[in-house]
Amino acid sequence: MNENRNVKIRVRHLSKVFGNNPKKALELREQGLKRPEIFEKTGLTLGLSDISFDVYEGELLVIMGLSGSGKSTLIRCLNRLIEPTEGEIVIDDEDIPTLNDKALLECRRRHFSMVFQNFALFPHRTVQQNAEFGLEIRGVEKTERSEIALKALKQVGLDGWEDAYPNQLSGGMQQRVGLARALANDSTVLLMDEAFSALDPLIRGDMQQELLELQHRMQKTTVFITHDLDEAINIGDRIILLKDGEIVQIGTPEEILTKPADDYVKRFIEGVDMSKILTAEHAMRPVRATAREDDGPRTTLRKMSENGLDSIYVTSRDRKLQGLVEVDTLEQAAKEGKDTIREIMTQDFRSVPPDEPLHNLFAMFSERSFPIAVVDDQKRLLGVVVKGAVLEELAQAGDN
Amino acid sequence: MAIEFPRIPLGDWIEGGLNWLTSEYSGVTRAISRVTQTGIDGLNDALMWLPEWGLMAILAAICWRVASLRLALGAVAGLALIWNLELWNPMIETLTLVVIATLVAVVMAIPLGIAAALSTRLYKTIMPILDFMQTMPAFVYLIPAIPFFGIGSVSAIFATVIFSMPPAIRFTTLGIRQVPVDLIEAADAYGATRRQKLLKVQLPLSLPTVMAGINQTIMLALSMVVIAAMIGAAGLGSEVWRAIQRLRPGDGFEAGIAVVILAMLLDRLTQSFRKGRKQ
Repeated sequence: MNENRNVKIRVRHLSKVFGNNPKKALELREQGLKRPEIFEKTGLTLGLSDISFDVYEGELLVIMGLSGSGKSTLIRCLNRLIEPTEGEIVIDDEDIPTLNDKALLECRRRHFSMVFQNFALFPHRTVQQNAEFGLEIRGVEKTERSEIALKALKQVGLDGWEDAYPNQLSGGMQQRVGLARALANDSTVLLMDEAFSALDPLIRGDMQQELLELQHRMQKTTVFITHDLDEAINIGDRIILLKDGEIVQIGTPEEILTKPADDYVKRFIEGVDMSKILTAEHAMRPVRATAREDDGPRTTLRKMSENGLDSIYVTSRDRKLQGLVEVDTLEQAAKEGKDTIREIMTQDFRSVPPDEPLHNLFAMFSERSFPIAVVDDQKRLLGVVVKGAVLEELAQAGDN
Repeated sequence: MAIEFPRIPLGDWIEGGLNWLTSEYSGVTRAISRVTQTGIDGLNDALMWLPEWGLMAILAAICWRVASLRLALGAVAGLALIWNLELWNPMIETLTLVVIATLVAVVMAIPLGIAAALSTRLYKTIMPILDFMQTMPAFVYLIPAIPFFGIGSVSAIFATVIFSMPPAIRFTTLGIRQVPVDLIEAADAYGATRRQKLLKVQLPLSLPTVMAGINQTIMLALSMVVIAAMIGAAGLGSEVWRAIQRLRPGDGFEAGIAVVILAMLLDRLTQSFRKGRKQ
């Protein structure tokens, strides 16, 4: 689906060498040497090596890696807070590494807003003045920028705090100010450098959720850096995995989890809570048998005993889910001589869409023991999930 | 076997240089002298024109506003003692010299401090010069001041400015260099120019440190202005100087106590300016 989307930033053959005389490190790399050998020979650190990828318009791209993998260097090369040694970074036909000082300032103002790990709020400015910073730098007139900043603060849930100073706010709230500062700027790309890593886990989860909602609403192109794979999988449309300054794998969260490119990625994903990744679709089994509303109780009972079922879903002719009947009520109805099962079926069951995360299903199983129905948006029955299948799926994912 | 090595005529060279400067730039020094003297006289006359209680009331009001009632009461008590000891006029003369010397020093020091913070090369050049200025015995500055500006208050200002400027430069540089790198990075990321970075981030954040430097400069200026009595600067210093020459310890201590009162007042006042700005 990504192939026909617009490319916002095109990165090609990007490398960064830390130290004097970087050419030497690049020459050694051409001979096939890796980061540790190059460092040993020259004292130069190959921070990034031959990085190529695209950022699509409106996507949330996560760059993830452990510390030292080069992810912070990479995000800083995009807006040239760190000068790349070689390579192209093209945004809207401008090649960022070739821009002169003035054009670079202009490019940063128009295209990039950044949110930092340690918030980097200005302690001498109020919350509102912080949110206005980018606009102030661009020379936006006072009443206009105040209006925009207030709107951005409202978006992140900080209305009423305009006149507070950053040190009066909790960590989570401070990062909301950081986010508001970025949103107010209305740049085309949002760069988030480990933006939630300094927050405690509960707040972090909330912020991830809010970022996703904002992202859905505004379709802002976002590059998000993290060392936390759970976070990457939770929010990323696509993930780039970095190791020792090189790309190990690019893919959707599911591709990374189900088809890890090598042992490094495999080891990485071992710790992931799979129940958040896998969905109802993964654990879904085809329905062995369904009943019709105008079937009689005895027909239905026979269908069930042939398939070894205790309960059966009832559908209409176009496979739309109507209800559920249980073996006990059916036997009762058969004794009473009822004609159809329409009047005895119950609505007391759970149905979920195919993309429902598996971990939400656990709670449903503790309420009801019936299989959970998986339905599409037309309420057509696609399959069922039984309790055992969920555990089985998780166990398999863990083995991979 | 002793090797005969001629004594380096360092002193002669310096004197030659100073003489050359004096004769070559006499026009400049005379102009500086005239302007400074006018400033000193103007401020001095203004402060003298106010009745004693008037100035006391103004200073007490300032103390109350920026600091506390306690400081205001202390200021009134201290100034009243100076008045009572009949040292009011010398105190005003000393205050005038301190104010003018500090103004000149700060006006020169802050841009220099900023420049040194932003350019490593300038930083490396300026720091040894500051060490020199601060460790050279203060009296030595008095000697060349006389051929430049003659005996009197202008020479006192010249020596005082040189002696008291270093902390203001150092603290300004320190304050700007102490601004956390992540804030500089944030300013850069949003496309701030060097000028915007300086005015919107670096200077406001270094203000408390800069104020501490100004406080130091004021204290050094006060001590130097007193010493400058030896080259004819009027004020409390000359009272002390006279007491020494006549061997009258009582007079000396009276004038000395007046200096202490003035010093404490200026120190507390500038410190509370600094704290007040921080909130």
